[in-house]
Amino acid sequence: MTALNKKLLRDLWRMRGQLITVALVVACGIATYVTMRGSYESIANAQRDYYAKYRFADVFASLKRAPDSLETSIAAIPGVSKIQTRIVVEVTLDVPGLPEPALGRLVSIPERGAPALNDLCLRRGRSIEPGRRDEVLVSEAFANANRLDVGATIGAVINGRWEPLRIVGIALSPEYVYEIRGAEVFPDNKRFGVFWMSREALGPAFNMEGGFNDVSISLSPGGSEAGVISRLDNLLEPYGGLGAYGRYDQVSNRFLSDEIVQDRITGIFIPAIFLAVAAFLIHVVLSRLVHTQRSAIGLLKAFGFSNTSIGLHFLGFSIFAVLLGTLLGVPLGIWLGRGLSRLYQDFFRFPELRFAPTVNMIVSAVAISGGAACFGALNALRSVAALPPAEAMRPEAPARFRPGFAERLGLQRFVSLSARMILRNLERRPWKATLSVVGLAFAGAILIVGFYFYDAIEYLVRVEFQRAAREDVGITFNEPHGSSARYSVERLPGVLRAEPFRAVPARLRFEHRSRRVGILGLSDDRDLRRIVDQNLRVIDLPPEGIVLSESLARILGVSPGDTITIEVLEGQRPVRRVMVAGTVQDLIGTSAYMDISALNRLMREGETISGAFLSVDSLVAPGLYSFLKKTPAVSGVNVREAMLQSFRNTIAESLNLSTGALIAFACVIAFGIVYNGALIALSERAHELASLRVLGFTRTEIGWMLLGEQAILAGVSIPMGFLLGYSICGLLVYAMQSELYRMPLVISGRTYAFAFITITLASAISGLLIARKIRNLDLVAVLKARE
Amino acid sequence: MPDTVFHVRKVSKVYHMGEVEVHALRGVDLELFPGEFVVLLGPSGSGKSTLLNILGGLDVPTSGEVFYLDHNLTAAAPAELTRYRREHVGFVFQFYNLIPSLTALENTALVTEIAENPLDPRECLRLVGLEERLNHFPAQMSGGEQQRVAIARAIAKRPEVLLCDEPTGALDYPTGKLVLEVLERVNRELGTITVVITHNVVIADMADRVIRISSGEIIDIHKNEKKVAPSELTW
Repeated sequence: MTALNKKLLRDLWRMRGQLITVALVVACGIATYVTMRGSYESIANAQRDYYAKYRFADVFASLKRAPDSLETSIAAIPGVSKIQTRIVVEVTLDVPGLPEPALGRLVSIPERGAPALNDLCLRRGRSIEPGRRDEVLVSEAFANANRLDVGATIGAVINGRWEPLRIVGIALSPEYVYEIRGAEVFPDNKRFGVFWMSREALGPAFNMEGGFNDVSISLSPGGSEAGVISRLDNLLEPYGGLGAYGRYDQVSNRFLSDEIVQDRITGIFIPAIFLAVAAFLIHVVLSRLVHTQRSAIGLLKAFGFSNTSIGLHFLGFSIFAVLLGTLLGVPLGIWLGRGLSRLYQDFFRFPELRFAPTVNMIVSAVAISGGAACFGALNALRSVAALPPAEAMRPEAPARFRPGFAERLGLQRFVSLSARMILRNLERRPWKATLSVVGLAFAGAILIVGFYFYDAIEYLVRVEFQRAAREDVGITFNEPHGSSARYSVERLPGVLRAEPFRAVPARLRFEHRSRRVGILGLSDDRDLRRIVDQNLRVIDLPPEGIVLSESLARILGVSPGDTITIEVLEGQRPVRRVMVAGTVQDLIGTSAYMDISALNRLMREGETISGAFLSVDSLVAPGLYSFLKKTPAVSGVNVREAMLQSFRNTIAESLNLSTGALIAFACVIAFGIVYNGALIALSERAHELASLRVLGFTRTEIGWMLLGEQAILAGVSIPMGFLLGYSICGLLVYAMQSELYRMPLVISGRTYAFAFITITLASAISGLLIARKIRNLDLVAVLKARE
Repeated sequence: MPDTVFHVRKVSKVYHMGEVEVHALRGVDLELFPGEFVVLLGPSGSGKSTLLNILGGLDVPTSGEVFYLDHNLTAAAPAELTRYRREHVGFVFQFYNLIPSLTALENTALVTEIAENPLDPRECLRLVGLEERLNHFPAQMSGGEQQRVAIARAIAKRPEVLLCDEPTGALDYPTGKLVLEVLERVNRELGTITVVITHNVVIADMADRVIRISSGEIIDIHKNEKKVAPSELTW
């Protein structure tokens, strides 16, 4: 080992505290990069492989009923490659162990052979056997949530009668990677599941023999999706077509693709913050090191060492920090990535979602952080090169100071001497102070963002589950009923109040833009289900016209006062023009609301309802549920409390991991900045502080003179961090807004308080560590030596 | 002679430098009296700095006793020594050790913030002849000026004793003389016991008493019958 390398090792050992804090920040950068980039790559690869291997379709359409013969015409559409017609129906389920009824989506599969499109991945058990009409495959999410295994039997209302369904296998489908029903946003796997059943069994049960009500299409290479959709719509219209759509509008794919895009963005943004902080810390630590070793540098140069070899010697600190950071960061990133993958499995069901960081990715992580470290070291190395040996061996001239800003304004009377020292020290190196504040502010901002998700979810729950949907139970009839059904429902056991609703599938059209939605008609005496905007305001529903979600209005390009065309996709399929009476800034979905009477008039039907929202006496609710399970006329039952519970469970679990990691990482940043800042200040001012101790100042007094600087930096950074955190949340809200949901920009006082406490604690702990070093100041040496 | 202020009895100090024992002081006896100007003379490593550190409450003896009036410095805890330094001792260092971020006036005023009955900082700076340089930062002053600020800082809290470790060691001849004049004036006008460490024999002529130390022992205490004014010193 060369003498220079020995010196490096000893310097590193002496500076181990600083080395470790810098390495930890580098480790956070590498870990977040490995976790996020790795998750992005693994989930994007899993999606691509899954879709390809299991033949995920490109275009989807539902209809009322078409004869099988129509298949030939569909196949003739230019651009169509493969077709899979199916029967898809939703039924009420009686799941063992679940008091309330669940909703099952039965999807037909060929009795023999695999489906042409949307093939299934069998996880356990076997496929259905020809001729066994009661056999089903069940989706893994539903099976796991309800602890159902192969061999279990559940009841389903099929054709008005309870039929047992025997589970012979558990399967996955690329159509249901994210398995949610209708217009929901979060999965409720306990109460909604997909079942695959032989077409020969489903057909007769639902009057679909020789026909189909759902079709999936794959496009041939170069086939135009828009062209196929348009021709398919024309073909299906006489058969009650509900409007074809591409992958972009396929709910599961939409959620999954949104998630992948978000992963890619955060996978760049968050590691960048850490690496920037690491570069900054390396900059301050190395600058100081070069400073304290001026004479050694001069000596080495005088001996004839080249700038390069001395530069490399000092670069050794950065290289070591990156090396150590890599050794910590890569395993940490892989560990976090695996945890994240396991959580993803609860939301997104893949045959295989393995977090497999590639060598490529790790190499690029190390290269990027190495680059950041070298960038941080650049300035210090330049000053090494610029130092002529003779000058380097002379002691440095005393630091230049000037009156601080407040004093130049004539305010010195109000500033104590120790405060003046602190302020002038800060002002002497404005960039260092600014970067420290910015780094700490980012730590605060990361905390705010981490906790913001809890706030957003809580707020969403308040708006959606406490202000808007206040019913205990929502029931949907299997077909529209006369309004007198409301009274039958009201007489059910335990029902305190029933509010009818009418739901109609329709395509809204304005100029060339259109969108398929369900129009919800609400009664004017409503109290359980209301329309609430994101500011918790209850929105009135006018007796005429339609009220749209702001997001839907934007998609259609309409504002209140415009007249849109409504093409109803049910019954007589009337086409009407209706005025947009208003918009509502809501948080979930793209909704359209009308007064129930206005909707009935639009449909040219008498007083008709699709279902009802109920307020229920909780004591007798179980009786009501078992009654509803056995009522064939009721096709769907939603229990609000159960939905809320499952929503909270899934979300909380995934948030805890990511928030936990973010808190730890933010603490590392705060600790790294304050610790290094104070340590360097101590080494710069050791002489000055020791002479004050000689003059009779106590440890506490000089502790404040030293740490006051860091306290001010932390103090200034906190409000900045709040502001930065709020802005990043605002950006996230903007970037993550989709048709599916909008995150409300609400940050609770609790979140601010927590960020404040965490930054203060991390700063205080590193301050205490430095304060301990103040004890060891050598007072006697001060009398003799010059710095 | 009036009452003794410092009472040093059989003081020894042993440092352990790794496996080597260094006897810095070997049974030193010494008394210091009010208002006197004492020069401690001795070569490097003679133990004069160790003696100064013990008198100043920066160090404690290995054996023997040191009394400042009725304070026993031998058995004092670190916090008591800090209070002793704070209330009674002024230090002047060879390399001034001013706070670079504070002006001359502020460096002086800093000490008055922790003193019970301080002098006016401006008055102190006038005493050392720096009334024109109040708002200069250390980087804007010469070494002699910086040392005079250090003296002003040391006397601002009205200490009973002023301890100076090679106060002219880093200064050239005319500047050094200027600093000695200031020390003499402080001693004369404020009556502060002044102990100056030096290896410059010439300085001994301005003292009331000269104490020679060699190898940790006092070898001679000499009383000057006639003090020479610093302006008349030459070296």
